[in-house]
Amino acid sequence: MSQQELMVDARGVRKWFGTNEVLKSISMTIPRGEVLSLLGPSGSGKSTFLRCINHLETIDGGRIYVDNELIGYKERGDKIHEMKPREIAKQRRKIGMVFQRFNLFPHMTALGNIIDAPIGVNGESKADATASGLELLERVGLSDKAHAYPAQLSGGQQQRVAIARALAMKPKLMLFDEPTSALDPELVGDVLDVMRDLAKSGMTMIVVTHEIGFSREVADRMVFMDAGVVVETGAPRDVLDNPQHPRTQAFLESVL
Amino acid sequence: MITDVERSTDDDVVAIPLRHPWRWVAAAAVIVVLGLLFSSLWNNENIQKQYIWQFIFDPRILKGVWITLIVTIISMVVATILAILLAIMRMSANPVLRAVSFLYIWFFRGTPLLVQIVFWGYLGLLYKQIELGVPFTDFSIFAADTNTLIPAFVGGVIALSLNEAAYAAEIVRAGLLSIDHGQREAAYSLGMGPGYTLRRIILPQSMKVIIPPMGNETISMLKNTSLLAIVAVPELYTASSQISSGNLRQVELLIVASLWYLFITSVLSVPQYYLERHYARGNSRALPPTPLQQAKRELARIRGRADNRRIAAKAREEMNS
Ligand SMILES: Nc1ncnc2c1ncn2[C@@H]1O[C@H](COP(=O)(O)OP(=O)(O)O)[C@@H](O)[C@H]1O
Ligand SMILES: [Mg+2]
Repeated sequence: MSQQELMVDARGVRKWFGTNEVLKSISMTIPRGEVLSLLGPSGSGKSTFLRCINHLETIDGGRIYVDNELIGYKERGDKIHEMKPREIAKQRRKIGMVFQRFNLFPHMTALGNIIDAPIGVNGESKADATASGLELLERVGLSDKAHAYPAQLSGGQQQRVAIARALAMKPKLMLFDEPTSALDPELVGDVLDVMRDLAKSGMTMIVVTHEIGFSREVADRMVFMDAGVVVETGAPRDVLDNPQHPRTQAFLESVL
Repeated sequence: MITDVERSTDDDVVAIPLRHPWRWVAAAAVIVVLGLLFSSLWNNENIQKQYIWQFIFDPRILKGVWITLIVTIISMVVATILAILLAIMRMSANPVLRAVSFLYIWFFRGTPLLVQIVFWGYLGLLYKQIELGVPFTDFSIFAADTNTLIPAFVGGVIALSLNEAAYAAEIVRAGLLSIDHGQREAAYSLGMGPGYTLRRIILPQSMKVIIPPMGNETISMLKNTSLLAIVAVPELYTASSQISSGNLRQVELLIVASLWYLFITSVLSVPQYYLERHYARGNSRALPPTPLQQAKRELARIRGRADNRRIAAKAREEMNS
């Protein structure tokens, strides 16, 4: 596979929290348009890895390239230099992220949440941003909630607004960190439907989820992580039905 | 056993309200005590009420009210802006900024306000001239006499603002700290920079924590303006004591000043109410109506009830006929 076709190229990523090595040289490549499902026990470093990809966490070793750009640093010769906050912010615009706890802005309406960054950060006109914001709300099935505040929405509705908000920046890569874990079971389906449509539209996605059925159906590839290392990689069917590594087997037995 | 079906399905609760006899006793006691206190003041021949009425709208008093109000508002606005800066500095990653903010708050909270006011009043003794120029050379862009540049009024406003900023900074910091970390992360993940995130996401949400104590601070400030009497700013208290030093009606003029302070305090709580409402949007499922909206609604309800009665009466007539 040529360099150009890779959306994410993570090479030997290391991360420490104090004396705790949370990511122990993670390497992973994700071609454009792929949906990657990230699976692993709690505390294995899945969230930390996602947060390193958009530089919410700094890394202590290795390199992460997104869309052929080194994230968070500039390479000059054989040295790398830290980026300015403004440059990091610019890099993050092409990486959307959806959080377990939604993190909608409670003082803005659903539409306000969606159009704030396109207007304030990308300099879109209010009319344009509103038009595409309403389109996005329709896409996630919430046309009638444009003027509702987050506190007036159910968890599932909030998460769909959060997805629309991330999409409003026209990202090339979407990161999902357990998007349905905080939802009541009957609300999970609507959110997964939106993600399924997004995957069909060709978006490159990394999805941390325990929704095995969703991964089996939508993901192109599955990565199993444990204790900061990648244990096993493969087609979801192979990893789920025929795990090679004992740690994968133990984990799957505990969740299935 | 009572099943659901057997229970009354009548929606109207017709329970007899719980009685609170002690509330009435307490209210009566309070009224008696207040009445005694009031009548002892009212009938005190050493207080001549006509002086209160004579001076309450005296032009000097009205000018004092105006100055008090202006000083309060300017000082609070300047202090709030400074406080936001200080709070951000205190929380920044830059150790120099953190130290400056810490020292500022330490110094201005640690010395008496009165001393600070006098200091700014006496600045002219310390520095005869204020000069803007290139340091360690004779080149000067701008120079002015300190006392013309900083008259008592400006010195007073500076003193009050700088002092208040130290207290308000801690209020703003508490507000900023009250916001969940996920808000900042969501903003950053959308490509917002730190400044934009603060302005659009963090500060507006902090307001609901910041405004109530800042209302308190505003009322403190209103009363602290009376300390400017020491540097002869003709605010409300100075005006009233200047009048009373002429006519020796100290108590009456203190009452005049106090009535005005009470009045301004009440007036200032109105903008606070509406500011709180503004920043409360999105916090609860529905905002309670403002007093005005409530009055309108009540009126509509009464009218509606009258209409209903008329309709019902008409219906009954038709049935009978
Ligand atoms: N901000 C942090 N400070 C210190 N330790 C952290 C921090 N965030 C995560 N960790 C630790 O890093 C490890 C991996 O966490 P995380 O990436 O959240 O795992 P996962 O998402 O797979 O459950 C855990 O041991 C967790 O306690
Ligand atoms: Mg996690």
